[in-house]
Amino acid sequence: MAEAGVAILEMKNVGKTYAQNGRSIEALRGASLRVEKGEFICLIGASGCGKSTLLRMAAGFEAATQGDTLMWGVPITGPSPSRGMVFQDYGLFPWLDVRDNIGFGPKSRRRAKGEIRDTVDHFIELIGLQSFADVYPHQLSGGMKQRVAIARVLANDAEIVLMDEPFGALDAMTRERLQDELVDIWSRTGLTVLFVTHAIDEAIFLADRVVVMSPGPGRIEREYTIDLPRPRDIAGAEFNAWRRVLAAQLHSHHGRKAG
Amino acid sequence: MTTLASDSGSGTASARATSWASAAWSRLRPLLLAVVFPALMLSIWHFATVGRPGSLVPPPHDVWLELWDLAFGGINDDAYSRTLHIHLLASVARVYGGFALALIVALPLGMLIGRVPLIRQIIDPTIQILRPVPVTAWLPLAMIIFGLGPRSAFFLVFLGAFYPILVNTIFGVRSVEPRLFEAASMLGCNGSAQFFRVVLPAALPSIFTGMRLGLGFAWVVIVVGEMTGVQTGLGAIIMEARQLSRTEIVICGMIVIGTVGFLSDRLVMLIGRRLLAWSPSHG
Repeated sequence: MAEAGVAILEMKNVGKTYAQNGRSIEALRGASLRVEKGEFICLIGASGCGKSTLLRMAAGFEAATQGDTLMWGVPITGPSPSRGMVFQDYGLFPWLDVRDNIGFGPKSRRRAKGEIRDTVDHFIELIGLQSFADVYPHQLSGGMKQRVAIARVLANDAEIVLMDEPFGALDAMTRERLQDELVDIWSRTGLTVLFVTHAIDEAIFLADRVVVMSPGPGRIEREYTIDLPRPRDIAGAEFNAWRRVLAAQLHSHHGRKAG
Repeated sequence: MTTLASDSGSGTASARATSWASAAWSRLRPLLLAVVFPALMLSIWHFATVGRPGSLVPPPHDVWLELWDLAFGGINDDAYSRTLHIHLLASVARVYGGFALALIVALPLGMLIGRVPLIRQIIDPTIQILRPVPVTAWLPLAMIIFGLGPRSAFFLVFLGAFYPILVNTIFGVRSVEPRLFEAASMLGCNGSAQFFRVVLPAALPSIFTGMRLGLGFAWVVIVVGEMTGVQTGLGAIIMEARQLSRTEIVICGMIVIGTVGFLSDRLVMLIGRRLLAWSPSHG
């Protein structure tokens, strides 16, 4: 059914070349990716593999120099609330408290005051920050900030959530908790998630599909469908098998580059 | 049982008392330390001048009596008695008037220069060349254009406050984190809405710093401005008193300017704290 319909996000043979100091650098070449509604997809690869570039093109922050980037079959021309982005460095507005950060999107889209209040209340409860509603970002921990950043795009009716190494700056314990919470939110809301990471465990734990990318120039190397049942046991034998497969795939780039 | 309970009760009470005492001491300590140095200076001044008729500088006590007379009269009953409020009011009006005018011009101009490349290219080089000219170097020209009198002083105050506000506003609106624009646009905030909902609040701490510097500078410049043929104002009486060898009035004027400048800075800081509670460096 999905194959026949229009994908929520589709990238067709997408490339990106930009000029830096008079030299042209090819960040991404011939990348094709089809994302169905409700999928959780992880992009994984070493730095310079173009995974963040791909994500930023999906967000509409950068235009592709080749190929097509489509949402529901319509070309992406710029950022849109339907594609919410969660940054590694949070990107919260420091002058707004938690409540107003989450309400920023709905307010920008001129929702009614009462409606904004209800939406904000709902999402503050979803991320469990009820007692921090009136607190400014600089008073929050990294994990709390990232919860607010996630709530902010959900409160703005994002259909796809684009996440650029969102848990990369957090400590291990907080990271695991947020991974659990994210899977929980995703499975309850039917969101579509495109998640960039360089951590193999994170990708296996989260994704329906893992897209492995490789550098020089950045491209999509291979896709794996992770068919493990959820909730996933990171200590399980199958999980470990996947770990081995992905590690071998990722490290093969180094071998080839060196050789 | 009861003895145990009362024992532990008095134990916590005494602990509370010591913690209260240490809290009081930690509050008092900086105040005491801050007072030590001025007290030392004051006593040196006192012992170096008291009982010496030939001294160029009057002793602190004479200055204090003069200050009282300037404010409330009843001691000398000369031309200066009970005139402090007139001079104070004149200076305050010029400082805040010039400052307000600088604000009205520098804020929008700074935002335009900071955000509109074309305007920056047209105006910024001129400002960069004019800025190193000291405000005091404008005084003779100001006197030629505006004549002797309060208008020159007003102009100097305006100019003195103008540059700090302008430069910090430009810096503030230019140094907004690019990430925040991305965040705003993916949340549906674009175009001119971004200016009001992202640029302005993000630049506020910088703008505020500019305002604080500008106001401080206004108090510096007002004295120079009032030294040139103005009848009223703190700068004017300092200059006039010097010509009449009333050194105690000169020092009184200095004290009043220092105090009012300090209070005015505190006021701005207080407003800033309320407005910028979100900023880790201000709140």
